[in-house]
Amino acid sequence: MPSAEVFSWLRTRFMPHIWCPGCGHGIIMHALIRALVGLKKDKTQTVVASGIGCSSRMAGYIDACTLHSTHGRSLAFATGIKLHKPSLTVVDVMGDGDCSAIGGNHFIHACRRNIDITAIIMNNNIYGMTGGQASPTTPAGAWASTTPYGAIDPPFDICRLAEGAGASYVARTTIANPKQAETFIMNGIKKKGFAVIEVVTHCHTQFGRKNDRRLPLDNYNYFKAVSVPLTKAKTMTPEELAGKLVCGEFVNKDVPEYTEQYDKVIEKAQRR
Amino acid sequence: MAKKFKVGVNSAWCKGCSLCMGVCPKSVLEMSDRMKSTPVRENDCIGCRQCENICPDLAITIKGGEDDA
Ligand SMILES: Cc1ncc(C[n+]2csc(CCOP(=O)(O)OP(=O)(O)O)c2C)c(N)n1
Ligand code: SF4
Ligand code: SF4
Ligand code: SF4
Repeated sequence: MPSAEVFSWLRTRFMPHIWCPGCGHGIIMHALIRALVGLKKDKTQTVVASGIGCSSRMAGYIDACTLHSTHGRSLAFATGIKLHKPSLTVVDVMGDGDCSAIGGNHFIHACRRNIDITAIIMNNNIYGMTGGQASPTTPAGAWASTTPYGAIDPPFDICRLAEGAGASYVARTTIANPKQAETFIMNGIKKKGFAVIEVVTHCHTQFGRKNDRRLPLDNYNYFKAVSVPLTKAKTMTPEELAGKLVCGEFVNKDVPEYTEQYDKVIEKAQRR
Repeated sequence: MAKKFKVGVNSAWCKGCSLCMGVCPKSVLEMSDRMKSTPVRENDCIGCRQCENICPDLAITIKGGEDDA
């Protein structure tokens, strides 16, 4: 990928970015930009929306039509933009807290509606920005600033949540496989419908240091060690899969898309 | 014939996180005493771009290897 094209999607005046050294969010941003370049997207016709969180800072660094909205509500803003002008490519970047805690309601309904938006969830298992509080994806037993005796809540599986709620594309990978992240994001953007790409990443600053993964590389190695491709996972027993992270495309189906359905309603209403 | 690659590190953006050094299969990169990634064995680079893709700060650019398939 000629880097000049990648750089053309960056607001270089804000670089170096604010993320901690080694934060996985930057790896995901790079993968997203490569996907947009690969799909030959036009910056003036591409929207990147975000909420609030370290992850949501991404919208500020990408030179497209960007919107840094409110915590958990970015999908509501993105839905409005997409409905107003369905020809736009709309990507919504979210943290795990943003997506599955405060924004959980918006998330499941965007999946149910199947509106043509690509949601990228940067799952670092924690509220990074605000001091490492446990999020709905903090694994049971893990340490966070709000779980001084270890988390007891069972975590959400974001991909299963999206699948159950009706998203037409659902995939998971980790920052240890940036090429796969790029491919899944591309496939998600190409999908006419709501696409969910969960990229498991690390906040070594808030989560890693409490959970034996202090360095960015510790997290990279951990993701490499626990990732299992979906095809292999299908041959494994639940015991063998305990503690593993299944990566792959879980859903890729064609179901009616919301803005197209909505256009039909407008047409019907205007005919009478 | 071995292909030559240029390993460019933008030290103004590099934050010295070590990820690129950890993923490079050829140990091309090392940390400088100013905590910046530095290509010390550029001749060994095979152009796999793993360092470029893993760098969270988009500080690495691999060039060259035009005759690569
Ligand atoms: C309505 C509202 N509630 C709470 C907050 C405080 N807040 C800011 S970011 C954040 C959580 C960030 O976690 P996540 O979405 O997982 O992103 P990360 O920082 O880990 O990338 C919270 C609770 C807020 N900004 N607005
Ligand atoms: S606090 Fe965590 S999520 Fe936020 S920039 Fe630092 S490493 Fe990344
Ligand atoms: S991955 Fe990037 S930021 Fe980290 S040490 Fe290497 S060049 Fe520097
Ligand atoms: S392109 Fe591959 S071999 Fe060359 S420096 Fe980067 S990781 Fe090492």
